[in-house]
Amino acid sequence: MNYQVNEKGYYGDFGGAFIPEMLYPNVEELRKNYLNIMQEESFQKEFNQLLKDYVGRPTPLYYAERFSKNYNTKIYLKREDLCHTGAHKVNNTIGQILMAKRLGKSRIIAETGAGQHGVATATVCALMGLECIVYMGEIDIARQAPNVARMKMLGATVIPARSGSKTLKDATNEAIRDWINNPMDTHYIIGSVVGPHPYPDMVARFQSVISEEVKKQLLEKEGREDPDFVVACVGGGSNAAGLYYHYLNNEKVGIIAVEAAGEGVLSGKSAATSALGKEGIIHGSKTLLMQTQDGQITEPYSISAGLDYPGVGPMHANLFKTGRGEFISVTDAEAMAAGLELSKLEGIIPAIETAHALAIFETRRFKEDDVVVVNLSGRGDKDLNTYIEHFNL
Amino acid sequence: MNRIKQKLQEDPQKKLLSIYFTAGYPQPENTVPIIEDLEKSGVDMIEIGLPFSDPLADGPTIQESSQVALKNGMTTQRLFEQLKDIRKAVSIPLLIMGYFNPILQFGVEKFCQKCKETGIDGLIIPDLPVEEYLLQYKEIFRKYDLLPVFLITPQTSEERIRAIDSASEGFIYMVSSASVTGGTGGFGPEQKAYFERVSKMGLNAPLIVGFGIKDAETFEQATANTKGAIIGSAFIKHLTKHGTRNIAGFTRIIR
Repeated sequence: MNYQVNEKGYYGDFGGAFIPEMLYPNVEELRKNYLNIMQEESFQKEFNQLLKDYVGRPTPLYYAERFSKNYNTKIYLKREDLCHTGAHKVNNTIGQILMAKRLGKSRIIAETGAGQHGVATATVCALMGLECIVYMGEIDIARQAPNVARMKMLGATVIPARSGSKTLKDATNEAIRDWINNPMDTHYIIGSVVGPHPYPDMVARFQSVISEEVKKQLLEKEGREDPDFVVACVGGGSNAAGLYYHYLNNEKVGIIAVEAAGEGVLSGKSAATSALGKEGIIHGSKTLLMQTQDGQITEPYSISAGLDYPGVGPMHANLFKTGRGEFISVTDAEAMAAGLELSKLEGIIPAIETAHALAIFETRRFKEDDVVVVNLSGRGDKDLNTYIEHFNL
Repeated sequence: MNRIKQKLQEDPQKKLLSIYFTAGYPQPENTVPIIEDLEKSGVDMIEIGLPFSDPLADGPTIQESSQVALKNGMTTQRLFEQLKDIRKAVSIPLLIMGYFNPILQFGVEKFCQKCKETGIDGLIIPDLPVEEYLLQYKEIFRKYDLLPVFLITPQTSEERIRAIDSASEGFIYMVSSASVTGGTGGFGPEQKAYFERVSKMGLNAPLIVGFGIKDAETFEQATANTKGAIIGSAFIKHLTKHGTRNIAGFTRIIR
């Protein structure tokens, strides 16, 4: 079976481009050009050079010996936390800024929840000297002040999204409205594998450098390219898409997606989209999303702002529906405990998003000789306040 | 004959005034009185807005009215309950305008069937692109005699306008400028040139202009080369200020 996108922009039943006509010219321009541009030699060269010299790739694949011992299996960490700006997000923004330049766009817009994608976008805009406008929910601006300051230092304009629930989904709505209002000179850098086709595929391709490197690195360390399992946290799902990418159609490699259960899947305060969502349309994509019976999109909850999204990328919706992916949800408390444990055992403080992926080992058992690769998608600096509050540090 | 088709053919000289409002706003039970008053005030066609939590193509005015309507307890089911006797009182064409997700959750066929039972004549679903419509939903719309209405914008290519024209059975919704709803800038030479350009394409479907029409001047400009115009945000603002009182006073200012 093929788990990649098909030529119509669908992953199984999910994906497509359910967009108002006002967005059609821009999305169509991107759809017609993105593959050609990405395959250009000059694009490849510039992209790879920046990933190496600016982002700091390849990121290490690190065998976490003490953490592994604890769970009696072999756990490797793909160190995306060591990327410039502190998370995998920059792989995509580097790719998209180069894309925007080739499409002749001079103005960049983006949405951000916790601010990681906003910072990664502001960073590449500074690098390329392009105007940058970041939409961020008013509530998120208040609780993520350091990232707002970072974006401002990098020269970006941060515009508060005051509509709806004033968080990530509303910031995304505002960014889309901006794109409607500025159809000629603007490129929208979406931060995850969500949105209308070709975004999910384009972002997944930019993030696929993660699994491309894992294959080579694992061959060196274990004498084989394929692990037994790949594990990643999923909000929209971009770090997961990057880690799964080259293993999607290789069914010997188990795919594990970890969602945020918040205070518990049935608590009413959760972001576990696969468990709670139904098929529908959010931000131009047919996928699984959390919604009322009447089809109104609901506000999710997670202690981690990066997993606090009511939908999930169409690739992941398809992995869930077909059973190709194993979906596990992890509560706030379990994630926080795993974050602390990794810090003590390995000297690595992970982002709380990432800590969700690490928390599965408490309940999900693996064989002793299983090779499990976990995407360590981001570092925990931005989450110190949350750690401090949670553990009374 | 479908009431929209009939209205479009009735009087070739007449410019049509169509009004959009959000169902369940400002009060949950205002839907039917607003429709009745709009017809009495001489409006030619009405677009009943099905409120949605995340209206991507709408500016602040319609966003806020949607939020209020949802807080008021509006649902798709409730809208159909409110409209069940509407055809006893109202004879002008009625369309429902709404985003696709609530319709998808209700069930597209069930939704269309309810529309037919209620006496709805057409659907405007901004985030259902013409390609998806043709692939999956055309037969269902036909079965329940619902006309699909698609949008075009100043950026829509001529080729695509022609494709949309051939998929259209009623009118084409001509978005006046590159913007979300509720623009207040008035129309400049760029818009006028666009109205003229498209009106000279010799399309089968008449053009009705929407977005940014708020008074007699913008109505006249928008309809100089087209069949009519749609007013949404400006009417919602009237409802916000005056409630359902003096709807005729609002329409009188337009023409």
